[in-house]
Amino acid sequence: MTEAYEALAKRAAARWDALHARPWVRVGTGLMGEAVGALEVLAALREAVGKAGVEATISEVGTTGLCYAEPIVDVHVPDGPRVRYGNVRPEQVETIVQRHVVGGEPVTDLALASVDSNVAGVPRFEQLPMMQGQVRVALRNAGEIDPTDIDQYVARGGFSGLDKALTSLTTEQTLDEIKNSGLRGRGGAAFPTGVKWGFLAGNPAPRKYILCNCEEGDPGAFNDKTILESDPFTLIEGCIIAGYATGASNGIVFIRHGHDSPIDRTRAAIQACYDNGVLGDSVLGTEFSFDMEVSLVGESYVAGEETALMEAIEGKRSMPRFRPPFPAAYGVWGRPSNINNIKTLSYAPEIVRRGAEWFSGIGTEKSTGTAIACLSGDIRYPGLVEVPFGLTVRDVIEGMGGGEPNGRALKFLQTGGPLGGVLPAEQFDMVLDFDEMVAAGAMFGSGGLIVCNEDRSVVDLTRTLVAFDQMESCGKCFPCRLGMSHILEILERIAAGKGRSGDMELMERVGVNMRGGSLCGHGQLGYNPVASAVRFFGSEFEAQFDDGAPSLGTFVGPKSTRRGAQMSGDTPTASVKPDFVMHIEPAAPAGGAE
Amino acid sequence: MTTTSRPHGAPDDASPGSLRERARRAIEEQPSPTVTVLSSLLAAQDELGYLPYEAVDEVSLRTGSSVNEVWAVASFYPNFRFTPPARHSVEICWGPTCHVLGAQPILQGLVSHLGLDGEGDTEDGSISFKYNTCLGVCPHAPAMSFDHELAGRMSLDEAVSRVERIRAADVEQSA
Repeated sequence: MTEAYEALAKRAAARWDALHARPWVRVGTGLMGEAVGALEVLAALREAVGKAGVEATISEVGTTGLCYAEPIVDVHVPDGPRVRYGNVRPEQVETIVQRHVVGGEPVTDLALASVDSNVAGVPRFEQLPMMQGQVRVALRNAGEIDPTDIDQYVARGGFSGLDKALTSLTTEQTLDEIKNSGLRGRGGAAFPTGVKWGFLAGNPAPRKYILCNCEEGDPGAFNDKTILESDPFTLIEGCIIAGYATGASNGIVFIRHGHDSPIDRTRAAIQACYDNGVLGDSVLGTEFSFDMEVSLVGESYVAGEETALMEAIEGKRSMPRFRPPFPAAYGVWGRPSNINNIKTLSYAPEIVRRGAEWFSGIGTEKSTGTAIACLSGDIRYPGLVEVPFGLTVRDVIEGMGGGEPNGRALKFLQTGGPLGGVLPAEQFDMVLDFDEMVAAGAMFGSGGLIVCNEDRSVVDLTRTLVAFDQMESCGKCFPCRLGMSHILEILERIAAGKGRSGDMELMERVGVNMRGGSLCGHGQLGYNPVASAVRFFGSEFEAQFDDGAPSLGTFVGPKSTRRGAQMSGDTPTASVKPDFVMHIEPAAPAGGAE
Repeated sequence: MTTTSRPHGAPDDASPGSLRERARRAIEEQPSPTVTVLSSLLAAQDELGYLPYEAVDEVSLRTGSSVNEVWAVASFYPNFRFTPPARHSVEICWGPTCHVLGAQPILQGLVSHLGLDGEGDTEDGSISFKYNTCLGVCPHAPAMSFDHELAGRMSLDEAVSRVERIRAADVEQSA
């Protein structure tokens, strides 16, 4: 153990005890809480605690993942039970403060669950339907700690994995731990992480980068942002471990501009690490040095692609590069780089701390560890669950998610993001496993599971996905830029009940050309949502060709791709161009007048 | 024929509080050590709400890029705008989860309530209405944001009443 870590751990333990020696109230703010009024609850709480004149600590934390119960207020009192209150409204706060914070007795009729204690008439937190079967590794601190307080992270074992790597493992041994754990990338491609790190470790360049990808443009996926706003330290520790194992000197966390809570909390956590000797020159007093910063990108889905991401970090348009050279040889600013998803890196601290064998003992043989699934749509308990691989989709959707809330039958899942596909309800017994899902034509992707009941039209949803893909095409490769627009145009026609004979074949032909003619996954997989929908629900498409087929309603989306010319020959409208940009007008046709 | 309407002639205003000065400060005070064209544009727009010529020019000066190189980046990302925004912002998510749970009726209802034909600014200059591909709070779909504060579990009635509250406060403020 380094001296620096020992001192840090000692201070953290004392802080932790002090926190528990008086009432401690935690409110889940961040994106998930904010959207349902957590800030109003927080304000009411501050007022009520101030009025009661009680010495209590109030902390803003991330989300427990039980988003259906947000806003959640978590009350700990010394020598009393700890209780989480769910769906708290500002007007209920006074009661909770008076009876629980001041009086020490939980308000059982408002309680969601008790934590580490038993309260008559209140379920224990781990017994809630959504928590049963969860194994929390990357989310172990979510909703438990103040995401900007380094002491709270350390008190729960934080940075001990890093300390172990720096003091008792060589860089090769650290890399071997990751390799032996079987950890695979959680961004969608499921590439073995240890092998990827090995590519970078093998490059002798003096300056190398670890890029942490939180672009997370996948609608329906919110696990990366949740990790950052609930526990950014675990990502930071994972990134430093990756730096140590590969000999990298710099880490960059890449987040979409506009998601303020993950951005602010990650920045604050990085600063806290610098202030406490965990980042910067000589990490924890050792000879290893590592720097980290946050980089923001504008709205661009393709920026999540690894080479486009590097372009965006360099401040350019996020368009993919040709490969090879691969990032481990030529990455950001031409320096060797390794790119991992936030979730992937967040497993590293626990793998190093508890050993590769512990991690590979969770999940299945080829998909080790846990999957973090984001549940949304027609589901009783929307939110975030971390489950071992090997469970079935049904376990997650109907067990933890509580199934359909309104008495309708479940019809299908949309998985794998806007380039993914659908999974019909008949296949819900599929086991969560990277390879088995791919073999069955499904995709786990980055974990977004959008649940749809029998009232939802597959054709309509496919149109929305394709509208998304069309708008997000970066425009670099014309098969993708024009192809996505073409497919959308055909889908619009079909959805309106005005499909022409041969339309289905035409879409497929365009899709094949996109697959072959595009540089990155966006164009290569752009036809996927249609192919998957047709495969499982082909009859719904066919029905749209019948005489008198109904229109599925108009879909209003963005007016233009904003990424260059469109299928119909439109050019970006003049009004979007500011007047200081050079306009090149077409030359008048030879011969003058028309 | 090639024309450029890049402003020439009178030196533009560089006094404190001017667009140029505010843009310059925002670009200089970025929190991350790595400063790029994109990071500078984001910082300038955060400060000004849009990118006037002065901001683009400052970014070009600070990063050693030409104005056209800066514009190449600015024109790519849909979050940049080049005209002053309305006094308040309203965003609606049309991503798949929000779509499944009824974003379209809200979106279309608001477009007609605001007298628009899609994304854009209302005629009275009170509201900039924008579509978003994912606001990141899918469990609380359909999601919107009002003056950058997220709001989930939306309905058309709720959305309209929030818009009207913003407008009422706006009228009061300008009175």
